[in-house]
Amino acid sequence: MTRHKLLKRIGFYALVAVIVVFSVFPFYYAVVTSFASGTALFRVNYLPSGFDLRNYQAVLGSRNFLYSIGNSLIIATATVGLSLFLGVTASYALARVRFRGRGLLLMTILAVSMFPQIAVLAGLFELVRFLGIFNTHWAMILSYTIFTLPFTVWVLTTFMRDLPVEIEEAAIVDGASPWIIITRVFLPLLWPAMVTTGLLAFIGAWNEFLFALTFTSTESMRTVPVAIGLLSGASEQEIPWGPIMAASVIVTVPLIVLVLIFQRKIVAGLTAGGVKG
Amino acid sequence: MTDPIAGRPGGPSLRQRRQRAAFWFLAPMLFALLCVAAWPLARTIWFSFTNTTLSNLYGGEWIGFDNYLSMRTLSSGRVVWRGTLVDPAWWNAVWNTVRFSLISVGFETVLGLIVALVLNAEFKGRALVRAAILIPWAIPTIVSAKMWAWMLNDQFGILNDILLRLGLIGEKIAWTASTETAMTAVLIVDIWKTTPFMALLILAGLQMVPRDIYEAARLDGIHPVRVFFRVTLPLIKPALMVAVIFRMLDALRIFDLIYVLTPNSSATKTMSVISRENMIDFDKFAYGAAQSTLLFAIIAVFVSAYIWLGRVDLGGEGSK
Repeated sequence: MTRHKLLKRIGFYALVAVIVVFSVFPFYYAVVTSFASGTALFRVNYLPSGFDLRNYQAVLGSRNFLYSIGNSLIIATATVGLSLFLGVTASYALARVRFRGRGLLLMTILAVSMFPQIAVLAGLFELVRFLGIFNTHWAMILSYTIFTLPFTVWVLTTFMRDLPVEIEEAAIVDGASPWIIITRVFLPLLWPAMVTTGLLAFIGAWNEFLFALTFTSTESMRTVPVAIGLLSGASEQEIPWGPIMAASVIVTVPLIVLVLIFQRKIVAGLTAGGVKG
Repeated sequence: MTDPIAGRPGGPSLRQRRQRAAFWFLAPMLFALLCVAAWPLARTIWFSFTNTTLSNLYGGEWIGFDNYLSMRTLSSGRVVWRGTLVDPAWWNAVWNTVRFSLISVGFETVLGLIVALVLNAEFKGRALVRAAILIPWAIPTIVSAKMWAWMLNDQFGILNDILLRLGLIGEKIAWTASTETAMTAVLIVDIWKTTPFMALLILAGLQMVPRDIYEAARLDGIHPVRVFFRVTLPLIKPALMVAVIFRMLDALRIFDLIYVLTPNSSATKTMSVISRENMIDFDKFAYGAAQSTLLFAIIAVFVSAYIWLGRVDLGGEGSK
């Protein structure tokens, strides 16, 4: 019996080990590769073989890659700001005020977040050209709203719906207007939820590829995913794997740190929104 | 939920005032969604009935269903069908998309369930494991495509090295380049990347199951496997259904991973990839618009059927 239990325990921890190794190994290997260069790159190394910074120098020395990081930061921050601003007031109305068609409206918003992005690509392309914002930050800020805004509204609404009635009642009795109620009563309570949704929206905007690929035409306007995705050598044999891995590590480490810090909040936000970031 | 407190006599009731305020609070958000979602979607559908080209967006003429299907009788009496619906490249893309979605979501559900069950057990280092599985989720899709492209590299890739050492393969495989393995490569990366998401959604469902149920089952001496299929699975079914639909929707529209990992491989081209290719790269803007309209229609039908047949409660509104 005890032997049976021991075996079971060993089996369980073996499973845990497999899960951890499988999750972490690709990133670990990217880090190992990013510190190797020259011929060391083309030997399969399971352990770090050296500490060569040449790949990082190559990536950070390239002006366009620095521009890409700047573009991504500007676009993601602006998208998050816009979505939160529009989302807070809208979700107050959806969560705290009863009106006809509310359920239908919520479902429509959820449906928008599940749109296949390719279905709006042609129309958005025309809109972007019409507004004269092709190959500018605005093209991405505008188009990313299609997935960040519904998601923000949805998560903030579920969050606000669960707050007790009492917190609002006193303010209503005092004759406070809905705007005062939002800014003075709800906003202070909403910070945790806003941090979560903001972070998830930021990750979504930071990672987006299709719109950024289609709405930019010059190398200096590319966002980080497009820059990395299109980083290639003169031929199949000359793909600069070292710099690609260095660039990957540079743009991923901040995300991983953020995600690990806000782990609990992110899990809560994901399960409330059910939307992939 | 806040119910109206009696309105003052005379002026509009509190309820009316609140509803009016609600309208103005919703208006900017709805306007934004109208601009970035409804209008572009309508335009895409409109473009699909024209012969618009990328270089001349406003020069398109209405050509009806010709982008979808058209029939022409040649002078020799032979009938020629044209359009997306008789385009073998399109049907290949449809088949690729469906195959990819079913296999990837299938694996992700089973693996996600296993990971969720592990995380739901109490053991030392659970927080660490939870943190570890968030890493694939946090990595941008493009970055994971590149990381795996390197690991799957035929000459210098570590995966071929591991498999060779274990004696599982006789010679190095060109994972992403060969048509037989390209889909497998895409599936591996997608499953790696999204299983954590699935696991977290299922875990949230598992944590709702009261612990005393397991306790009672254990005291009654019921085998854990039986408990899982008879008790746990039915209880987490709603959470599972929601997780599956979200993943399905994501899988059906996949673009970025395939575009970067296996560019130009007909073995993996999905509906999104082929639509964009026609729209932007091949200057068949309207033809691509027709294909993306079809994708939209397929997804809409699929979602409606799934929600209707599975009675999925997406909003949690039913309990309120």
